[in-house]
Amino acid sequence: MTTTGTPLLQVENLRVHLPTGSRTEVEAVSSVSLAVRRGERVGIVGESGSGKTVTGRAIAGLLPTSPRVRVQGSIRFDGREMVGAPPKAWDQVRSRTVGMVFQDPLTYLNPVMKIGRQVHEAIPPGRQRSGENGDVLHFLSLAGLENVRELAQRFPHELSGGMRQRVLIAIAIAKMPDLLVADEPTTALDATVQQRVLTTLDETVAELDTSLILISHDIAVVAGMTDRIYVMYAGHVVESGRTREVLEKPEHPYTQALLRSVRSLTEDGVELYSIPESLRASWARKEEARAS
Amino acid sequence: MLLEASNASKTFRARRGGTSVDAVVNANLQARPGDFVAIVGESGSGKSTLARMLLGLIPATSGSVALDGTDLASMSKTQRIRYRRTVQAVLQDPAGSLNPRKTVGRIVGEVVRLHNIARGRDAVVDTVAETLELVGMVPAASFLGRFPHELSGGQRQRVLIARAIVLGPRIIVADEAVSALDASVKAGVLQLMDDLRRRLGVGYVFITHDLPVVKKVAEYVYVMKSGEIVEEGTKDQIFTAPEHPYTTTLLSAAPTLAASYGPPE
Repeated sequence: MTTTGTPLLQVENLRVHLPTGSRTEVEAVSSVSLAVRRGERVGIVGESGSGKTVTGRAIAGLLPTSPRVRVQGSIRFDGREMVGAPPKAWDQVRSRTVGMVFQDPLTYLNPVMKIGRQVHEAIPPGRQRSGENGDVLHFLSLAGLENVRELAQRFPHELSGGMRQRVLIAIAIAKMPDLLVADEPTTALDATVQQRVLTTLDETVAELDTSLILISHDIAVVAGMTDRIYVMYAGHVVESGRTREVLEKPEHPYTQALLRSVRSLTEDGVELYSIPESLRASWARKEEARAS
Repeated sequence: MLLEASNASKTFRARRGGTSVDAVVNANLQARPGDFVAIVGESGSGKSTLARMLLGLIPATSGSVALDGTDLASMSKTQRIRYRRTVQAVLQDPAGSLNPRKTVGRIVGEVVRLHNIARGRDAVVDTVAETLELVGMVPAASFLGRFPHELSGGQRQRVLIARAIVLGPRIIVADEAVSALDASVKAGVLQLMDDLRRRLGVGYVFITHDLPVVKKVAEYVYVMKSGEIVEEGTKDQIFTAPEHPYTTTLLSAAPTLAASYGPPE
């Protein structure tokens, strides 16, 4: 990992407003700054509602294109500013630079299209190497799938949850992106399947030398996969640093409380700990004050 | 009081031409008020089907589910109503189990009215408010008029628990009741369940694939695989000396913080 030069992705003071009703809106992301270097693996952790998913979608250019969805701040790929960039520029980024893996593969796979074709569609023209079929089978096996020849002829509903998630990974890497954004890729899966999918993700990213942003509410999942970690709370990044350091010596009271509750669920002899609402309210106020 | 499944099996008949599926095969399980019993296994292992059989939502194909020796299948209508009150359910997806068009007050209130727990508008509201406070939704008055979408995930799960305990059940079958929640919220709901056990003597049949949680709260564990209970024992037996290879696999798959510092080498 190099620490000099322009990072692959640089996000500064990202702020996103989303409409919640015909006249109301919510500030889903208030102030997020983060950077991802080539080959680096970065985690974003936070609870539901912390803004981590919206951040991931903003980076992948997948927020709805409505004038009421307001994205402010800066998102730069290799120094190229994408906030306010024309749709054509985003098309390029989405087709070459960023790949995305979602939580719920069934929603993101076409139910009436065979697996092989869905993978093929994702390979950009001009990048096909070993013929249509060969490429498809290559990416399916890269994503840890077996019997790929037969699999390519099947439909999504014929696969198990873990296999579908691997197909999504195959589709995401088929364009050989510089950066893979994985949003809760294993949250819907059982522990044993989760472990296999994480191993697949780990190996695939290493094989292709792709950078990774792994978004999850499960700190244990992010801890095992990333070099650095950003902790989000109420739309703000409250703490960031090397994964190990943040987990061993958390500085922000929210990170400390979050880790305490995670430990209380997994370690023996520790009483269950849930973060009190009063503490939450006081952090939210502090972050507001700090940002403005 | 004893809720007992004896050689309970469930076979789902296939559509024409297909093979039928043995979702649960000869399951034997016991649960009592005050117990914290867990059923663990992956998706497809049959644990949710077994839960639905325990709740009397689907009949056993063979074998029986019985409360104090009375087979569910042979219960009269009144016995069934009493069974419903005694054995209640808390399910996984609070958003999906709550009617989005009804307020919290109505959601819990209609159960109170249906089972004649209280009569008259004021008495019903009082009962609902008391129950909401019992599950930690304080002050109850501020939640009565809210709709499910105005609540957080943890609060919704509390409403589901309130709706179950308002009937004064002795045993609650909780199917993945905390699986979808964030760590802190999960800890809060588990605390609540344990608290209700101490205060009201409720017993739980807790169905989950979340092993750390089982280790934390359960006393007795059943491990299911492919429809069969492959191992059972006290929590300590299962976690320190698992006998079935599948149990070992399950145990080693759960990611923990301590085990996963830093990227894999």
